[in-house]
Amino acid sequence: MPVLGVGEKGVEMIEQQRDYVLRTVEERGIRLVRLWFTDVLGNLKSFAISPAEMENALNDGMIFDGSAIDGFSRVQESDVLALPDANTFEVLPWVDPKGAEARVFCDIAKLDGTAFDGDPRQVLRRNLNAAREMGYQFYVAPDIEYFYFDPPTVDSKPIPLDEGSFFDLTSSDITSSLRKETIRTLETMSIPVEYSFHEDSPSQHEIDLRQTDALTMADSVMTFRLVVKEIAALHKVHATFMPKPLEGVQGSGMHLHLYLFKDEQNVFHDGEDQYNLSSTAKHFIAGLLRHAAEITAVTNQNVNSYKRLVPGFEAPIHISWARNNRSGLVRVPVQKRNSDQATRIEYRSPDPACNPYLAFSVILAAGLRGIKEQYELPPEADSNLFEMGDDMLAKLGIEQLPQSMSDALHVMERSELVAETLGEHIFEWFLRNKRAEWRGYKTHISQYELNRYLRSL
Amino acid sequence: MSDHEPDRMLAVFPDPAPIDVARTLDLSGYPWKAVKSGEVLDKLEPGSGWAGAIVDCSQDPESGWAICRALRRREDPVGRVIVLVTGAQLPDLEMRDDLFDDFCLAPVHPRELDSRLRHLFYADLAVSHESLIEYSDLVLNTETYQASVGGKPLDLTYMEYELLKFLAQNPGKVFSREVLLSRVWGYEYFGGARTVDVHIRRLRAKLGEEHANLIETVRSVGYRFGQSRWN
Repeated sequence: MPVLGVGEKGVEMIEQQRDYVLRTVEERGIRLVRLWFTDVLGNLKSFAISPAEMENALNDGMIFDGSAIDGFSRVQESDVLALPDANTFEVLPWVDPKGAEARVFCDIAKLDGTAFDGDPRQVLRRNLNAAREMGYQFYVAPDIEYFYFDPPTVDSKPIPLDEGSFFDLTSSDITSSLRKETIRTLETMSIPVEYSFHEDSPSQHEIDLRQTDALTMADSVMTFRLVVKEIAALHKVHATFMPKPLEGVQGSGMHLHLYLFKDEQNVFHDGEDQYNLSSTAKHFIAGLLRHAAEITAVTNQNVNSYKRLVPGFEAPIHISWARNNRSGLVRVPVQKRNSDQATRIEYRSPDPACNPYLAFSVILAAGLRGIKEQYELPPEADSNLFEMGDDMLAKLGIEQLPQSMSDALHVMERSELVAETLGEHIFEWFLRNKRAEWRGYKTHISQYELNRYLRSL
Repeated sequence: MSDHEPDRMLAVFPDPAPIDVARTLDLSGYPWKAVKSGEVLDKLEPGSGWAGAIVDCSQDPESGWAICRALRRREDPVGRVIVLVTGAQLPDLEMRDDLFDDFCLAPVHPRELDSRLRHLFYADLAVSHESLIEYSDLVLNTETYQASVGGKPLDLTYMEYELLKFLAQNPGKVFSREVLLSRVWGYEYFGGARTVDVHIRRLRAKLGEEHANLIETVRSVGYRFGQSRWN
């Protein structure tokens, strides 16, 4: 099987990893191993194998028909190979120990062993390798927001489980104990939590994860979404990462704190600068801003995503940056101490329903493009942009993020950066799939329209 | 399990073995077989004979004591028999002193059983103690790749296990991130040396509050496992 970017020592290591996995399967009495991977839309996919097949899976991969998976195969080459990444092997903590189960993330390859273009995890690997060739390590720490509701039935409206708001101590609420149990489970699955609290909206919660390298974090986000939903479901509660489930209150975002390291130095930091930002950081931000509109379809991939990106709810709508202005797209958090390790860039538009592998890929690519091309950083927009008129914004040269999925797709389609980052296979499939989603939405006659027009027109 | 059948083994009654007993034996590296009655004792016996036995009398005392009698009544009686009894069964031990060498209260506390085993079988059983790394409550079995703290198994990823093993093999020594990366990871990784911080943070979370301080951060140098040898 192909070994990605490792030398002889690496190969020996991989042997040991396999041995470790096989022994653990035996020693812990694992009955089922779940092979996890992600489709182009960011849905977690899984198929289970018996422990007896695990050795075979680790050595040669498991063949499966990819044509059933969204965005995977063209019909003529539908068989693909799932190659377990032994380092992601974990026992699933919520499963009854008598029927213990484990999971392992997989890379998807073609039958000849080369990376499969339709696999988002391989896309992120490829982009991280490109960053590594420039000497960079890319770290991400997401702040993930979500809601707890009563389990929905068809056509039902979401019913929040509590009326708490930001930082409320609603200790008697079931949702607080859910969050606690969720955090415990995340920690046992190697996903360290930095903070967690009740968010601004009723029944809305936020869990902030500690930074890891982007590949580990993308895996962690996939695990996170499953854990949150599983723990909620155990208590007959529905957890959702829908970007804007309730009208009139804040939606759910996934703010991403971005770090870039080179030779163990935080290359975003420069103690001499008034913002503590290095020129590398400034170019990176400039890259994010210049390509923000192009990558929005990936970071905000649903019709509903754009109902979150509206004024008045702390979600960004303007393509701007600032230190302490939460209306901007990019925020440079002011550090508590003069700690070079903490210097980072917060990218605020993504929502938790995105595909983390693809979102991290396009964000990294936009930033690196800024560094390569030495983009000039526009001035900081430190006043509240929500209160500014259009003419004022125009004068400052501040543009808006795409207003709808249709707008976002339109810009993405013309983006050479996004095409190159995602690869032709995913780029084309994604546009096709999302256009169809938009058409479905556009032809729908909503209750809003009926209420507003049926009688008056 | 391992490729070769170890010469001397423990017999464990009943079959299936009580889960805590099985786990304690596995984690400490004692080879064992479950036996369901006195009749199969001979059939299952390894070539060089039973090294000892753990007999749970708490669930089915009658069959339990029958096994003990069978073990002792043989031509070549089996020594080192530990019986498990509940507190209420303690009076049963009287007048049966010939049937056991030590006892343990059920439900079994893994640490207790482990200590009693170690005492009884010290230097006797072919337990590959070289494959055990112990520090305080932490036990790593390098042969089975299993780790436990306070008798409870730890679920670790491969790299977490390797990092913990390396640190526990070198208690009191301070390692920089770079050294840990090259010694434990050994090849270039997407994360660079910061990966070490990520894994240390995870290990501490999995060790639990009580044991998280087994791994100490040495400011601006790196990490140290356990006490500094100078303190």
